[in-house]
Amino acid sequence: MRRAKTVLGLIFTAIMLFPVYWMINVSFTRDTDMRADPPHLFPLDGTLEGYRAVLDQQLPYLGTSLIVGLGTVALTLALSAPAGFALAKLRPKGGGVLSFVLLIAQMIPGIIMAMGFYAIYLRLGVLNTVGGLILADSTIAVPFGVLIFTAFMSGIPDELIHAAMIDGATTWRTFVSVILPVSRNAIVTVSLFAFLWAWSDFVFATTLDGGGDAQPITLGIYHYIGNNNQQWNAIMATAVIASIPATLLLILAQRYVAAGVTAGAVKD
Amino acid sequence: MAHDVTTGVPASPSAPAGGGAGARAEGTPGRGRRGGHWTAWAFLAPIVIYLLAFYAYPLYRNLDLSLRHYTVRSFVQGDAPFSGFDNYRDVFADPAFGPALLHTLTFTVVSIAFQFAIGLALAVFFAQNFRLSATLRALFLVPWLLPLIVSASTWTWMLNSDSGIVNHALELIHVDPVNWLTSPDWALTSVIIANVWIGIPFNLVVLYSGLQAIPAEVHEAASIDGANGWQRFWRVTFPLLRPVSAITLLLGLVYTLKVFDLIWIMTKGGPADASITFATWSYRFSFGSLLPEFGPGAAVGNLLIVMALFFGLLYIRFQRRQA
Repeated sequence: MRRAKTVLGLIFTAIMLFPVYWMINVSFTRDTDMRADPPHLFPLDGTLEGYRAVLDQQLPYLGTSLIVGLGTVALTLALSAPAGFALAKLRPKGGGVLSFVLLIAQMIPGIIMAMGFYAIYLRLGVLNTVGGLILADSTIAVPFGVLIFTAFMSGIPDELIHAAMIDGATTWRTFVSVILPVSRNAIVTVSLFAFLWAWSDFVFATTLDGGGDAQPITLGIYHYIGNNNQQWNAIMATAVIASIPATLLLILAQRYVAAGVTAGAVKD
Repeated sequence: MAHDVTTGVPASPSAPAGGGAGARAEGTPGRGRRGGHWTAWAFLAPIVIYLLAFYAYPLYRNLDLSLRHYTVRSFVQGDAPFSGFDNYRDVFADPAFGPALLHTLTFTVVSIAFQFAIGLALAVFFAQNFRLSATLRALFLVPWLLPLIVSASTWTWMLNSDSGIVNHALELIHVDPVNWLTSPDWALTSVIIANVWIGIPFNLVVLYSGLQAIPAEVHEAASIDGANGWQRFWRVTFPLLRPVSAITLLLGLVYTLKVFDLIWIMTKGGPADASITFATWSYRFSFGSLLPEFGPGAAVGNLLIVMALFFGLLYIRFQRRQA
């Protein structure tokens, strides 16, 4: 009975992950076999042509995405960790209102933020810049970051803070040397999601960075589909490469991912 | 303590998202640290400035856009004349308004219905803790974690009319091929299918953690009273899961309303507006052609905000009542 359930579970998972398998399969399929009837279910006489195209054409895009992702993580942590600490432990008057505003902020559709950013960036002349994209991408993760840090830091015993204060530490010192080190889990969760969302972002990329030299990988794939929609092995190979961060995340940090999702994590 | 986020959260998925700070503040009073009021706001100053500059201001700009008559020239120079609600009137009168509204609602409601039903069924299935269940459950997260452009382009190729694997599969069971993305009759269905696939993991994980929070004794008591599996689900599990279900559905509503990437990449809202929604329509006005119409684009965007906030506030109200 239990074994039957495992088999059933495997079948469900196989159905669910079929598109992922298909992406990998197509990425190895030769151009001449791309429209074969019936399609080749396994890349038996496959090709690395698609991956060669990625190496030739997509490396700059991947580099940009990496920088944008890391920049977004840094900005998100710098903004949300102190805010989470203040809301969880210092609890000023008006903190509740701020938490409420952050919840609302999280629900505003990205496409509307993008339009506002576009109008502002155009005037300031920062369209098509990496910095501008990092700033815009951080709006996806900052409210989430504050919520996670607030929830986590509320669980840190007050005694820990009192002890540091009695020893003469300032609030800032307490935050840096006592609170941050024990908040490692929250830092990891927020960093992972901030990176992943920035890496995956398409809305801000296409509106704010569609014409520059430094474009992220999401636009790399998008241009690919638009320009040569015959070379599906190259498109799918790029898609496979673009999925690596998500895959690593799931393998290395699965428990953080599940925690992030259940904490009301949200995909834009 | 160090495991607070990872283990504490799944037991009560609603707590952190529901403004946990406010809820917990009552538990441990400030203990005379009120003097540090200014210190606290010093810690909050960066985020407040950030929210004003990068949330409030873009939203204000967007509102301003929707109330003026913009051309490309006046957009750059910023001297567009105020035109009141003209953009909104134009949008309401646009022949695409009806379809866009209908598709937005259909896309949202149908997506959520399937995501929730399938997610719940899988959550109940995985809650039985068989061998490999934890690993397989983790693998189910993959579609949710992939960049949307990856999922969208994969589905685009799978649903290709001539060479897509889906039509080949249909051929095997002697069903005529379907023009998934190129026929006005099927485009909306196609993007809904892809969106359901992406949304199942979120529903599965949240509902699963909701199931874990139901004490095992409840099920044991029901079993002793002679309830079978089916009855136990509908009479015991489902009612106890109602708060978590409501939260999942409302969050799903807010986040499905604003889906843009997927539809834009797969169909661009076409063919002939067959899969246009408010999010894609708004983008098309402002960025989709060589002659941008920022006014109507912003107006449609603001209508979308109103819809999202309606369900968003409903969600927050519900959260608060739970706490």
